[in-house]
Amino acid sequence: MKKLFFSMIAIAAIAVFSVSGCNKGSGDEILIGEYGSLTGPNATFGISSTNGLKLAVEELNNSGGLLGKKVKLITYDDQGKPSEAQTVVQRLIKNDNVVAVIGEVASSNSKAGAPICQQNKIPMITPASTNPEVTAIGDYIFRVCFIDPFQATVVSKFILNTLKLKKVALLKDVKNAYSTGLADFFEKEFRNMGGEIVEVQSFSAGDKDFKAQLTSIKAKNPEAIFIPAYYTDVNLISIQAREIGLTVPLIGSDGWESEKLTEGKAKDALEGCYFSTHVSTENPDPKIQEFITKYKAKYNSTPDAMAFLAYDAGLILFEAMKKAGTTEPEKVKNELAKIKDFLGVTGKISINEQRNAVKPAVILEIKGGEFKFKETVQP
Amino acid sequence: MTELIQQVFNGLSLGSIYALIALGYTMIYGILRFINFAHGDVFMIGAFSGYYLGIVFAFASVTGVASIGMALLIMLGAMVVTGTLGFTVEKLVYKPLRKSPKLTILITAIGVSLFLEYGGQLVFGADPKSFPSLLENKPVVNIAGAVIGSNPLVVLVTAGILMVGLRLIVMKTKIGTAMRAVSYNPTAASLMGININAVISFTFIIGSSLAGAAGILYGLNYPSIDPLMGILPGLKAFVAAVLGGIGNIPGAALGGMIIGLLETFVTGYISPTYRDAIAFGILILILLFKPTGLLGKKEIEKV
Repeated sequence: MKKLFFSMIAIAAIAVFSVSGCNKGSGDEILIGEYGSLTGPNATFGISSTNGLKLAVEELNNSGGLLGKKVKLITYDDQGKPSEAQTVVQRLIKNDNVVAVIGEVASSNSKAGAPICQQNKIPMITPASTNPEVTAIGDYIFRVCFIDPFQATVVSKFILNTLKLKKVALLKDVKNAYSTGLADFFEKEFRNMGGEIVEVQSFSAGDKDFKAQLTSIKAKNPEAIFIPAYYTDVNLISIQAREIGLTVPLIGSDGWESEKLTEGKAKDALEGCYFSTHVSTENPDPKIQEFITKYKAKYNSTPDAMAFLAYDAGLILFEAMKKAGTTEPEKVKNELAKIKDFLGVTGKISINEQRNAVKPAVILEIKGGEFKFKETVQP
Repeated sequence: MTELIQQVFNGLSLGSIYALIALGYTMIYGILRFINFAHGDVFMIGAFSGYYLGIVFAFASVTGVASIGMALLIMLGAMVVTGTLGFTVEKLVYKPLRKSPKLTILITAIGVSLFLEYGGQLVFGADPKSFPSLLENKPVVNIAGAVIGSNPLVVLVTAGILMVGLRLIVMKTKIGTAMRAVSYNPTAASLMGININAVISFTFIIGSSLAGAAGILYGLNYPSIDPLMGILPGLKAFVAAVLGGIGNIPGAALGGMIIGLLETFVTGYISPTYRDAIAFGILILILLFKPTGLLGKKEIEKV
């Protein structure tokens, strides 16, 4: 009797799971998937991008939806780990049957999720992964941001022409596709432009002690240090650099963009340092200011570049679906590839043949823990 | 030369933290002949205790700077928290298993470790937190361009004081004598009227509170803490304990310093990619050529 009872429960459980497993989306909803690092060392990347995307979805639904239907966003946390990113993208496509995927910010995670989208022929748009290899994975993978060879040129020009510094050391994260990629492009570009790389040092994401590397860098007397890495590590690096008496400016890239960058003692350590990114909140452009107002009203915080880009990723996806007149992945993909001069909150977005967006970059200066606009660099 | 001086100092300040954690491993091994794999996570709890204590009674924001007295109070607070944790874990988890095979208690220790790590993620959140600036870091010594900050110096000195204190407790006090007696032969010690349970509890309290202090010193030097921060330092401290001779207290301190210096030199002069490989490679070499560790004595198996 007891056995029968348990087997009945087991059968019931299987039935429940298999029903919930094939969530086809009721006929009047369009399901869009998102994956991001909502927790873990790069949590602000995921939180900002999901906030930005939710805002885009909410506005769309309030203004009548898309193709006569409401859009529903399903967001999963990948904890900032590539293996986890693969699992959740698989789940979005196979279990939730989403018609398109948006994510990730970190290039290593996008590179893990993109092949699954490509295999299943589901369009994926990454808001902020700048490593060129991400969109090279296949014709279903797009991005709304610039790529790292461009970012490397921007930073090189800024160091040589604006700061007028020639001797630079490089500190990169060997566990991170974004960091190693950008470091390589920078090394090549900076040398081509006549600069000198005096030392290259590396670390692994999650390291806490950087003093050994920084001491080796200090011995080479660089005039600046370029650190293409994510904000959590940069926070510690900056504090330790100042501790051992390295006072030269630290220069960074869009991975620095987070309110947590200047947390704690790093606020003083990073004073007068610079980084390149996608957008400045100080830009008087009405579109940008309007987005900041809307975002602040909803989340009570200032949006960072990841929020802007995710919002734009949502907008061009909806635009492509509108133009295609359907959510059929192949047609949406074809329309995405044709996006030209689309006016988003991060400026005009045109998708090129490599499915990348061609856009200007901005350089921000860190003053009193805040990011101040320094200059814009056109492609 | 400047670079070398700075690297040696970097290594010593990192090594002193490993040494403090290693002491806990070695003391518990000395008494119970078992590796407490949850020890690295006790270190993590110490850092988090400091984080919350710092916020609660020192200052409203994490950017404020407390006085030396306050920093000391926070460290003592964290040591009390981790000491209590060590005591509770031993009483609740390890004591009922004392008569079980060594493997059972070892696996249980790994379970406790995972419990603290992922329980920590649930309670504290998985994101790294910025450790409060308990003390202002001022450059104090400047030898030929090598800048030595006050915080790393505080870490080194505090770790030194704690290690000397431990040495005094073990060598000069009654309970220390009892600890050595239990370590030498538990059965004979209990026949002489030593309360073994009390000695074991005391060992766990001391070992865990040293790990708690190490957590605070770590936070002072590397102000980013997260629930999984104890894994790697814990493993390396274990290597340090084995390197010095497990069960041997000066050995653990020496082992910690050696591992800290080695890591710094490998990172600074060779490549950080090989850093951990070299630390664990050394463990293998030592186990091959001197299984008892640098200062360890050969133990005779009594039949």
